[in-house]
Amino acid sequence: MASLQPCESGRRGDDVRGDVWLAYAPGNQELAWEFSSKLEALFGATTRQLLAELAANHGLTSGTLQVEDKGAYPFVLRARMESLLQKALADESIQVSPEPPLAPSADGTPQLSSTRKDRLRRSRLYLPGNEAKYMLNAGLHGPDAVILDLEDSVAPASKQDAVALVRHALWTLDFGSCERMVRINQGEAGIKDLQALAGAPLHLVLIPKVESAEEIHALDQVVGETKILFMPILETARGVLNALAIAEASPRNVALTLGLEDLTADLGVVKTPGGAETAWASSQVIYAAKAAGLQAIDSVYGNVADEDGLRRSVKFAKSIGFEGKGCVHPRQIKIIHQEFAPSEEEVAKARAIVAAFEEAQAKGLGVVSLGSKMIDPPVVKRAQALVRLADEMTSAEKND
Amino acid sequence: MTEPLQTKAGRLVPAEVNGRDVIPYAGVGGHRPQGNQAAPPIRSCADYPADGDKRVHAEGDMVAKLKVALAHAGLKDGMTISTHHHFRNGDLVANAVFDAAKALGVKDLRWFPSASFPCHAPLLAYLEDGTIHHIEGSMNGPLGDFCSQGKMRGMGVLRSHGGRWQAVQDGEVHIDIAVLAAPTADAFGNATGDRGPSACGLLGFGLVDSQYADHAIVVTDNLVPFPCLPWQIQGQNIDQVVEVDKVGIPEKIVSGTTRVTKSPDRLLIAEHIAKFVRDVGIMKPGFSFQAGAGGITLAFAMYLKEYMKEAGVAASFVRGGSNQYLVEMLEEGLTPVILDGQTFDLEGVRSMRENSGHQHTSPFTSYNFHGKGNFSSMIDVVVLGATEVDVHFNANVVTHSDGRLLHGIGGWQNCLFSRCTILAVPSVRDRIPVILDEVTTMVGPGELIDVIATEQGLCINPARTDLIEAARGSQVPILNIHDLKSRIDQLCGGPPAKPKLGDEFVAAIQWVDGTTIDAVRRVKG
Repeated sequence: MASLQPCESGRRGDDVRGDVWLAYAPGNQELAWEFSSKLEALFGATTRQLLAELAANHGLTSGTLQVEDKGAYPFVLRARMESLLQKALADESIQVSPEPPLAPSADGTPQLSSTRKDRLRRSRLYLPGNEAKYMLNAGLHGPDAVILDLEDSVAPASKQDAVALVRHALWTLDFGSCERMVRINQGEAGIKDLQALAGAPLHLVLIPKVESAEEIHALDQVVGETKILFMPILETARGVLNALAIAEASPRNVALTLGLEDLTADLGVVKTPGGAETAWASSQVIYAAKAAGLQAIDSVYGNVADEDGLRRSVKFAKSIGFEGKGCVHPRQIKIIHQEFAPSEEEVAKARAIVAAFEEAQAKGLGVVSLGSKMIDPPVVKRAQALVRLADEMTSAEKND
Repeated sequence: MTEPLQTKAGRLVPAEVNGRDVIPYAGVGGHRPQGNQAAPPIRSCADYPADGDKRVHAEGDMVAKLKVALAHAGLKDGMTISTHHHFRNGDLVANAVFDAAKALGVKDLRWFPSASFPCHAPLLAYLEDGTIHHIEGSMNGPLGDFCSQGKMRGMGVLRSHGGRWQAVQDGEVHIDIAVLAAPTADAFGNATGDRGPSACGLLGFGLVDSQYADHAIVVTDNLVPFPCLPWQIQGQNIDQVVEVDKVGIPEKIVSGTTRVTKSPDRLLIAEHIAKFVRDVGIMKPGFSFQAGAGGITLAFAMYLKEYMKEAGVAASFVRGGSNQYLVEMLEEGLTPVILDGQTFDLEGVRSMRENSGHQHTSPFTSYNFHGKGNFSSMIDVVVLGATEVDVHFNANVVTHSDGRLLHGIGGWQNCLFSRCTILAVPSVRDRIPVILDEVTTMVGPGELIDVIATEQGLCINPARTDLIEAARGSQVPILNIHDLKSRIDQLCGGPPAKPKLGDEFVAAIQWVDGTTIDAVRRVKG
């Protein structure tokens, strides 16, 4: 066996809740435990037992293991032990078996909502990949998708911990009817993320800072035969310029989005509420997405407290062709859904057009007319899309 | 120690508490005591100043003045001193009272507050040195911990706000000296809480003390010429008036339990409840509701207000715990009346002073079970918190799952008598499941609890078939409580271990009728 490494995993500090901090120091003596738990009376014994079993199963039998438990759930304990073992034994392939899923399907694997290329993606809720407590109930808030983020919300030193936590969260937690997304890291690190998550129950991978079709091709190779979908994020001038090539790079692509924080940094401009500095990029992303038959999805609105600002931002996004927006807080979801919803008048008019079209079809007429007005085919197509969207939103609200 | 008694709910309680025989809980409405109420001694105007000036003439700080007043009141070893908690964590009077008692060298006092807060932690020293023998009243924070560890010489007795009135009125607790902090008072002893530099709203919790104590002292930092208008406390019940620099810090009325939650999961619970109240038809013109202290229940009021506006529905009255949200409802015409038992923020204080529809109440009108009715059973829906609930819908508000006594009952037990009682709880708190097979301490019986609302959805008491029927078609997820419990247990890695408790009882939990519904045992280690 290679020599054992001193290491730590998990989180500690006064504000940490629902997590654990583990620190390992190699030594010749039989594995010694320094254990403290906020929940000593209630779960002290079961926590100790679980951690000891995992350490023993993976051959960590000597040295000292320090544990500071702040109420970590078993799936978190497993994740933290997984990354600790990887570091201590210098073997990133080590995986701890996950807790059984909270919502199992008939074969015992996690229940996954069905997904398809053009499902509703109005809202996607970002969840920091190394913070368990926000993951627990994320699905209950009713976003169309949750994103377990391994990239910008995770400190460089915590990347390995985050991958393990995201893997265990995917296997164990119930995200309800949400599409399960993971944002991987950029480039090589992202490829490693995907390899570590191989087989984990997820629908879609958000690929950050994509600049070329080749990057998508490389990831296509990694995911192999799986049904995993892609959403490239364009966050640099080069990426935006190559939008169409990126959008057409893989049949896995379902949507194109952009990251405005990084893009404005790349452009050397200040991000403003009006967004004039990135207006062209937004249009480029929308045009490329539509040309490639993908959804165009807007960036996030970062100021959680400003609900009116969010509302204005979504109204504008919808008006120029975006179909969804990222959320950094659950309270943004409802506003985003409300603003992407077509108005009652719009829906009524669309239904009338669709009805007129169906009637014309039934009568074998080549021309569709509503009252005295002739309806062009693109108008019919738009009306059909709008009716379908309205119906989907109604059924999504029921599940909210 | 004599053998414990068993309550009708199967809980074991001590046969005797601080020298009094215990009547075990006999079920809801199962205990009907006979006889007459207690009464204070007969007094004569001949013994009080004809000009109505009852001011204590003494120099120095509050402690020095209280020393004179308490000596004049005849403070002796073993007496019972009461205080109220309208300043919540900003109270300055209770600590000063016991500083004065200590200075007088008096021992073995019983403190009978309407509630205690972390600001009363300095009184631990007096529990340790024998000045205070024990506390009968809700114990929050450090005092609760002290009691849990079995360090208090007497047994703690926790009563609801209504139960405190009942205990005094029925003669179970005799108050020797009541010391009442008053933000405004005159020299005769008329007092109000709604104005003055330290305005805290109302003084309803101190009303029973003023009426039944042998001796009542008003302490004020805003002495006004007679008559103090309005008067919430009548000078005819007051023996002495002490003028001091400051009686309390009203800004500290606001605390964690009186602020709206920011947690998305807890906001979701509040939203579920408001939707439920709307969807099952409770929210209809002329309805009434009460939202207790606690971040979730306050947020419920915020959501409900939006739905009421959407539907054009106004209430006929709301009960508080008033706060800015209830005040907005009053001022926007969504309710003509707030029946207020205590103010939870300074907007509530302002409104009580300015709005004629903002009526101060007392535990007598709102909660006392041994009266000719009270308000709590007339309310359509009440939303409360809990530390734990069980699959039988029993609930706990005083202890944590590790057995420690950390919270008071407040008006919680009294409110259970509403037409629909909803407990708002997260299903789990940092791996501690909130839904158990059996609560650690039974404070409220399941037969009075209609709905348990969590972020996952709502569990309706199977006995409430009407609500189950009415909730069909609601947007709110309705769950079976056993299914929810299994799911939470799975997330947490099984149900938690039972806390390690000693045999000895450290506190009795009284039911609204003076019976003992459960008891708290010493926490080991």
